[in-house]
Amino acid sequence: MGLLSLFRSKPNSASIAKERLRIIVAQERGSRGGPDYLPLLRRELLQVIHKYVNVDPEAVQINLEREAGNEVLELSVALPQKPPD
Amino acid sequence: MTEIIVVTSGKGGVGKTTTSASMACGLARRGKRVAVIDFDIGLRNLDLIMGCERRVVYDFVNVINGDCALKQALIKDKRLETLHVLAASQTRDKDALTEDGVRRVLDGLIADAFDYIICDSPAGIEKGAHLAMYFADRAVVVVNPEVSSVRDSDRILGLLASKTHRSVNGNGGVKEHLLLTRYNPRRVANGEMMSVEDVKEILGLDVIGVVPESPDVLSASNAGVPVILSETSDAAAAYEDAVARLLGEELPLRFLEEPKRGFFARMFGG
Repeated sequence: MGLLSLFRSKPNSASIAKERLRIIVAQERGSRGGPDYLPLLRRELLQVIHKYVNVDPEAVQINLEREAGNEVLELSVALPQKPPD
Repeated sequence: MTEIIVVTSGKGGVGKTTTSASMACGLARRGKRVAVIDFDIGLRNLDLIMGCERRVVYDFVNVINGDCALKQALIKDKRLETLHVLAASQTRDKDALTEDGVRRVLDGLIADAFDYIICDSPAGIEKGAHLAMYFADRAVVVVNPEVSSVRDSDRILGLLASKTHRSVNGNGGVKEHLLLTRYNPRRVANGEMMSVEDVKEILGLDVIGVVPESPDVLSASNAGVPVILSETSDAAAAYEDAVARLLGEELPLRFLEEPKRGFFARMFGG
């Protein structure tokens, strides 16, 4: 250990913990409260889409939003770019 | 009016039973009639922390099954006249607790004019934990300033908001509070431990108490005397403040900073 490292400040582990938690908690809150069938629905939709278009699994987004008593299931599929003819 | 308070956390070993015992004592010391119930079926522990383990004749499941009357199973505390303990059963039958059974016991306590029922939840999110929170009006979520405890607490907050009688029936939901335990101000100052503010910000809840890490907690459990009764302890004072806040008093948080040590203490340790 060099003398300099004595003076160099160590990464603050509490702030690392906070940042990691902030991300994982936000992610888990987002998927919480949705119906239990949502992950399966996502997988099956993906299989169907895959029959026709070769999409990346990450390109299928499913969101459930609640507003004024209505539930809106939003499905977005980013299609791969067409190769130039 | 009886208020049902669940002490919960998700993660084990963060101080739920210590907190249940101390909060129950603190409320009883202020003259409230309090029943504290151990929901950890199979792993009875609250009786040890309360120091009444040799007086358990009947338990929670005995009452549910009608083996005895509720009054016979309630253990009267030797120190505080208005405090009663209902021990967990040591049965290995996972289905011993039922929603209907728990409801009947709570209704019995409500009919007996208890002011507070403290439900000491087991760790995890299984049946015992679910039923401990199901009928609650309020929740004290015990959390250590540590990543896994904070994450589990957030999971528990999700369950409180969706899987309780109040949330299902739209009675305004369960009122939630955070209680931090094992708080080490020196490590917070050194950036080695998340601060109260950090935890509060992540979980987005008000803090009802911060209990500093203290050797008194172990001594108290060794002796079977809830730590709030250890007169000179900071942990006791912190729990006493939490009880006061639970009753609506507004008090600033204490023990967030390391006590200043004098020159000699720093030189010679101590």
